[in-house]
Amino acid sequence: MQRLRTTPFHERTSALCQPQNWRRWAGYFVVGSYELTIEREYWAIRNSAALIDVTPLMKYVIRGTDAARLLDRITTRNIQKMKVGQVYYTGWCDDEGKMIDDGTVSRLDETTFRLTSADPNLRWLSMNAVGLSVEITEVTDAVAALSFQGPNTRTVLNRCCEKPVDELKYFRLMKNKISGVEVTISRTGYTGDLGYEIWIDAKNALAIWDTLMDTGHDYGITPVGILAMDMARVEAGLFMIEVDYTSSTHAWINAQKSSPFELGLDWTVSLDKPDYFVGRRALEREKKEGSLWKLVGLDVDWAGMEELFAEVDLPPMVPGSAVRASLPVFVEEAQVGYVSTSSWSPLLKKYIALAHIERPYYEVGTDVRMEITVQHHRKQAPAKVVKLPFYEPEWKKK
Amino acid sequence: MTANKYDAIIIGGGHNGLVAAAYLARAGKRVVVLERRHIIGGATVTEEIIPGFKFTEFSYVVSLLRPEIIRDLKLPQHGLKILPLPSTFTPMDNGDYIAAWDDHDMTRREIYRHSPKDAEASDEYSRAMARLAKAIKPILSILPPDPTSFHPKDLFGLLKLGRFAASISEKDLYGLAKIMTQSAADMLEEWFETEPLLGTKSASGIIGTFLGPRSPSTAYVLLHHYMGEIDGAFRAWGFAKGGTGGIAEAIGSSARSLGAEIRCNSSVKQVIIKNGRAVGVALENGDEIRAKAVLSSVDPILTFLKFVESKYLPADLIHSIKKYRTRGSSGKVNLALGELPNFTALPGEGPLHRGAISISPSIDYIERAYDDAKYGRFAKEPFVDIIIPSVIDPDMAPPGKHVMSCFVQYAPYDIEGGWDDAKREAFGETVISAIERYAPNIRRAIIGKQVITPKDIESITNITGGNIFHGELLLHQLFFMRPATKWASFRTPVDGYYIAGSGAHPGGGIMGAPGKMAAEIAMKDGI
Repeated sequence: MQRLRTTPFHERTSALCQPQNWRRWAGYFVVGSYELTIEREYWAIRNSAALIDVTPLMKYVIRGTDAARLLDRITTRNIQKMKVGQVYYTGWCDDEGKMIDDGTVSRLDETTFRLTSADPNLRWLSMNAVGLSVEITEVTDAVAALSFQGPNTRTVLNRCCEKPVDELKYFRLMKNKISGVEVTISRTGYTGDLGYEIWIDAKNALAIWDTLMDTGHDYGITPVGILAMDMARVEAGLFMIEVDYTSSTHAWINAQKSSPFELGLDWTVSLDKPDYFVGRRALEREKKEGSLWKLVGLDVDWAGMEELFAEVDLPPMVPGSAVRASLPVFVEEAQVGYVSTSSWSPLLKKYIALAHIERPYYEVGTDVRMEITVQHHRKQAPAKVVKLPFYEPEWKKK
Repeated sequence: MTANKYDAIIIGGGHNGLVAAAYLARAGKRVVVLERRHIIGGATVTEEIIPGFKFTEFSYVVSLLRPEIIRDLKLPQHGLKILPLPSTFTPMDNGDYIAAWDDHDMTRREIYRHSPKDAEASDEYSRAMARLAKAIKPILSILPPDPTSFHPKDLFGLLKLGRFAASISEKDLYGLAKIMTQSAADMLEEWFETEPLLGTKSASGIIGTFLGPRSPSTAYVLLHHYMGEIDGAFRAWGFAKGGTGGIAEAIGSSARSLGAEIRCNSSVKQVIIKNGRAVGVALENGDEIRAKAVLSSVDPILTFLKFVESKYLPADLIHSIKKYRTRGSSGKVNLALGELPNFTALPGEGPLHRGAISISPSIDYIERAYDDAKYGRFAKEPFVDIIIPSVIDPDMAPPGKHVMSCFVQYAPYDIEGGWDDAKREAFGETVISAIERYAPNIRRAIIGKQVITPKDIESITNITGGNIFHGELLLHQLFFMRPATKWASFRTPVDGYYIAGSGAHPGGGIMGAPGKMAAEIAMKDGI
């Protein structure tokens, strides 16, 4: 009868998933964690090579002489300037300049693009494509995707790809072959580390998985679930839809909506591009008037937290994985914002958080307090507003 | 003449009458409910028409029962259980089906099979409707403001009142303006393209209404039905344990435990008026009962035109009640089954049997059904909304057997030549044939049946015209105009006489709000 979908990698991933820790992602089952604890998976991202099934990402191929025009009209970035083989990260907005979704745009050739998104966007794309010479095809099921993340991934790919990936720059893509099978490899990811995403015709999914696992064996390749990726993305300062912001199409009230400026995506909003794009007027206004709040990083003061726990004779206790709980943030007596995701960073040895903070408290360096629970009592731990990302290794873009 | 002295008499033991009685009793008032039939419930009733098979005779689902009523009257302690109705299944003429399951991803996948765009539109549409319903819902629990006393000519002034409209965006406000005026078909066609999806969704715009999906103002009825879906964790949409009669039993039990008296087989003849004030009622059997106030939970026609002599009422009120639209348009076919219907599109027993099953292949199909009714015939190919209570609540039928409730539209009250046994039989056959097209075993499965025409609704429940909502949910009969302009405050021109049924604000459906609010108004007036 009715069942959730599984990805083309399911035969392999289900055999490896020890704790039966499955998560739902866009109508698919994916592995939350392969091992009973997620620590080793997290460290694979930061230390060796993590293999993550990201097939549930929604994928659209947009083809036609007006493909660039359509994407230029919808997204905030200047797509007309984009070169073949380039990848842009971007958000897209409604007419009020509030974010509908975010994802990547890849220019596969002069007139062909691939868009990834978290939510279905076919209807929005089609509505905006009226009068344009463009064909939009959803390929979510047809294209399997693996995110291959970590400092050893380049070495592994060089050993199993037909062409070396050394020259593949950050946010570029190339066509390549693995075991004779054509794939597209983009230097992208959701971890803030060196990493690639491999786009595969779904029928070849298992063959590619097997080759990567074989080749990667001596380089610490590890199948990694989305829970470990969730910790890495917080360190990388990357937010998640429906966790750190609400799509304007899902919001109940205006206060739940976010603009790209509020989310810190200023660098993706090309107000200098020549043509109209959805939300332009509202974004120009916000640019001029400033944003009412911003998504920032919070670095929780460990010593301050230690004191709070010491009051009840406990050492500091923080959750071992990313937590999607809303925690109030204060300055003096007033609540000035909230945390949407917080996480222990095993690498930085810090308790970090993504927070929505009101003007003027969102300035870097501002001292705030974040609610924590100490032995069932609510306390406020001192924290500082910091620039995102929390962690950016030099090899990420090199 | 009996010397009984009550604070209040409630005419009618339907769910609203019982709610009013319970609230009054809860406040320490001495209350008596007078029910014409041998059982309470009115149209909210379950009866064992065939031994062992319990039929939800008239109303069959509940979505709008106010959560505060459930809490205030402690209905769960009196047996109320609202069980989920998780899905809607629409068989199609090409042998396929389209369904909305209880899981968001499953539903999206399902609609996606038919139209990827509709799958996305469905999400956005639900959210947009929920936002509109949220904006308008608080009105259900408050007295309808009369816009003439605030912003003349500004219908939306009433929506801006209070905090409930504060968060509504400009876009949604336009949406609201549209929904107040559009037809269900026009509104839905702005969103969707799949015929059976359009048909199924449009059906909630015409239920209980003598209009077709292409008639203007049916979009609002659609929203009215949507309100049951936004209560989130305490949502009340579903099937009541024991059928809708289970709801009446629970409210009745609560009312009795609070001290209310409920008399069955007590048919009211007239309200006794002394010096312009209601002081009691006269029963058909000649008895008289006295009280400080009388609350009528029956329909507006009976309330104003039957129980009260017209000399006590202003002429314009009498005129507008005479013109009040309360023509029945729906019938019911209740079946006792030896086996479950087996749908060709999705054979075998499955989740579809736990939810609603809708015979609504397209908007045109329903509109054509309306065309029949418009000219005095029952629909040859009717819209049918089916649930199988025994799958949800096994106590409704003997083990292995089932009861099936089929709500049917259209069946006009004023059928050409009048309803008779032959027409009723033919109507029942038409409905069974409509189901048989998609579930060929249905005829073989039938052990017994009960066919109910609007005329039967009237003769059994006494609702004038057999209209399930005590008057259609049309905009000109809602809010500050229900049941009539100037008299939407539950009060009537006769002091101490109140209207407390579905013909009062906010309208029909098993909501309980009119009963509760009428009781509160009566107490505010000092009874």
